[in-house]
Amino acid sequence: MPGDIPVQQLYVKAPKIYVKPVGGVFAKLRVAAMWLLLGWYYLAPWLTWDNRQAILFDLPGRKFHLFGLTLWPQDFIFLTWLLILAALALFFFTAVSGRLWCGYACPQTVWTKAFMWMERITEGERNARMKLDKQPLSFEKIRKKTAKHSLWIVFALFTGFTFVGFFVPIRELSADMLNGSLGGWGWFWVLFYSFATYGNAGKLREQVCIYMCPYARFQGAMFDRDTLIIAYDSKRGEPRGARRKDVPRGHDGLGDCIDCMQCVHVCPTGIDIRDGLQVACIACAACIDACDEVMVKMDYPKGLIKYTTEHRDSGKETHVLRPRILLYGALLLGLFVLFIYALSVRMPLRVDVLRDRGRLYSMTSLGTIENVYTLKVMNLDQDAHRYRLQASAEAPVTVKAETEFVVPGGEIVNVPVRLEIDPYELSEVTSTVHFRIESLDKQDVVVDETSSFIKPANTGAR
Amino acid sequence: MSLTISLYIMALVVLNIGGCWWLLAKTKNLRADEDANGKVQHSYDGIEEYNKPLPRWWLWLFYITIFFAIGYLVLYPGFGHLPGVLGWSQAAQHEQEVKAAEEKVAPLYAGFAAKSVTELSQDPAALAVGSRLFGNNCATCHGADAKGAPGFPNLTDKDWIYGGDADTIKLTITGGRQGMMPAFGSSLDEPTQLAVRHYVLSLSGRDHDKDLAGQGKATFETICAACHGLEGKGNPMLGALNLTDDVWLYGGTQGAIADTIKNGRNGVMPAHGELLGESRIHVLAAYVLSLSAKQ
Repeated sequence: MPGDIPVQQLYVKAPKIYVKPVGGVFAKLRVAAMWLLLGWYYLAPWLTWDNRQAILFDLPGRKFHLFGLTLWPQDFIFLTWLLILAALALFFFTAVSGRLWCGYACPQTVWTKAFMWMERITEGERNARMKLDKQPLSFEKIRKKTAKHSLWIVFALFTGFTFVGFFVPIRELSADMLNGSLGGWGWFWVLFYSFATYGNAGKLREQVCIYMCPYARFQGAMFDRDTLIIAYDSKRGEPRGARRKDVPRGHDGLGDCIDCMQCVHVCPTGIDIRDGLQVACIACAACIDACDEVMVKMDYPKGLIKYTTEHRDSGKETHVLRPRILLYGALLLGLFVLFIYALSVRMPLRVDVLRDRGRLYSMTSLGTIENVYTLKVMNLDQDAHRYRLQASAEAPVTVKAETEFVVPGGEIVNVPVRLEIDPYELSEVTSTVHFRIESLDKQDVVVDETSSFIKPANTGAR
Repeated sequence: MSLTISLYIMALVVLNIGGCWWLLAKTKNLRADEDANGKVQHSYDGIEEYNKPLPRWWLWLFYITIFFAIGYLVLYPGFGHLPGVLGWSQAAQHEQEVKAAEEKVAPLYAGFAAKSVTELSQDPAALAVGSRLFGNNCATCHGADAKGAPGFPNLTDKDWIYGGDADTIKLTITGGRQGMMPAFGSSLDEPTQLAVRHYVLSLSGRDHDKDLAGQGKATFETICAACHGLEGKGNPMLGALNLTDDVWLYGGTQGAIADTIKNGRNGVMPAHGELLGESRIHVLAAYVLSLSAKQ
């Protein structure tokens, strides 16, 4: 190894990033997004609907309550659809406007922002924080650090508690926590999510984006030359350098960049956007706000760092409507409409037919053949309904069961059904039988299910 | 697990964990050639690469996984044949879960036990539990709808072989039943069997030959009546079937009855006392009772 090259290890201590707050258009948008998203997150579990929690993912009960809708495990396809929709939406918005999600809406970004605000009000601004970290241990340092971590811990605990409150009725959860009757697992999950919040938003921050986040890894696949990116206009900015205020613009051979480092200081991932587009950029536009502020002070035009596209940067035209966008958009819209349609026509009744496990068939003393089934009738509605059962096959069927029954709302009732058929009327050893279950008090609620009817092989068809 | 296999596994485990440790220790101080601009000294198609070392906590994560593995192997079985200091095992965990489940349902069954079977047969909560017990333990033979099948009695009618009161039902479930009809193929000749068959058919008013039935009456009253009674009304003490009610356990066709007389029948209801326990049988009996009460 040449001697003039410094020794570099594969692992280094991650540098701590001191972020400077910034004002401006995009900063206001980000704060608004934070209030909206965090507000929704902390409020949502407290909403009620029909005397129950409006949003509750009841895992032990295996039911997802979303306002007026209750989803059962059998509705899993909707979750799949929802995930596909979310993925498509991500592709679509990324292709159009880059990493909108990362900069404005990602929980990692949003909670980090909240944590940074707490850091600021307890430890002071950027320079004060850097100084504080460098100075030896003192009473003041302990006081400030304690204040910060206390705020963080309280906020993280509340976050963890809220998260668990989406899965356990939050009013019961809060009562249990207050009177000490919450079980070990309850505490474990509350503390687990609290710790995860504290660790991610307090300690790891930008490292989650840089080293862990999978979405950041496949960004590049969704970008093209028309995608909105944040870029530094190097043609205008270079050569960069500090200057005297009294020299008119452009007369000292310098570009517009005054190398004040504001764009680096405000960057939550600690990168220098002037090096060009890079994987660690989460497109939060803090550097745009910071640079514009400086440009205004310098009396230069804004937009040295701006939202742009690669095409626009190279003097070509930007095409918003391009095949990729049209395809993503059409798919997204189509799937969304289908999803809403499927939800709206969802039959609030499901029936599973299980053949008896004991035997294939039994012969009566009259020589007819009986098969026994258990119908699991699931009333997916919130109210009780009365249903009627009918059965048919290629031959006349006698149904030996109670053909009318009531199923309470959100319950499953087992209805044992015995079907009797003359085996000589059936052409095959195994034939199909059709069950039809219809609601007697609600229009258009009908479910058709099929099962098989088995007869002995020595009873040939006539 | 033989000692050889155990030692082999131990050696593998030690080698692998040690190997991970060695790999980390060897690579953590590796040097990357980078120039003053922080770039690694190779380019391809004009594309150059920065040297981007991972943060140090990443390395600690690797070490933590090693400590976790060692801790796991100390606490739990996994290191060869050693059981681990916690003494955990699947079987023990299963027993623990069963015990916990029993404790959980104990108050429920205690509430049921306080009531009589007849009371419970009107109680929807008990019937819901009973129907599940029935589905798991009885439906295999008696059918999900409890209407039985050839050889397995229908539990929804009023026709009871051993008696349909609560105590008898409990006794049947707890101790099981052996329904035995001896074979007469060797002791009665063919014509006599035929005559008896027609007499049996006549008892429940099925199609029969009057003359043959008349011949069979005497044989029936000397041999069959010992269990089935003079009138053929059966005997719950013995589990002898009532032959006059046109309910047929093994089939009421000519062939089926001939077969029964010639070869006899062996009906077995297994004993469930050990399997289910008194408290569950109490609830189950109530459910069975409720089935025929509906008729």
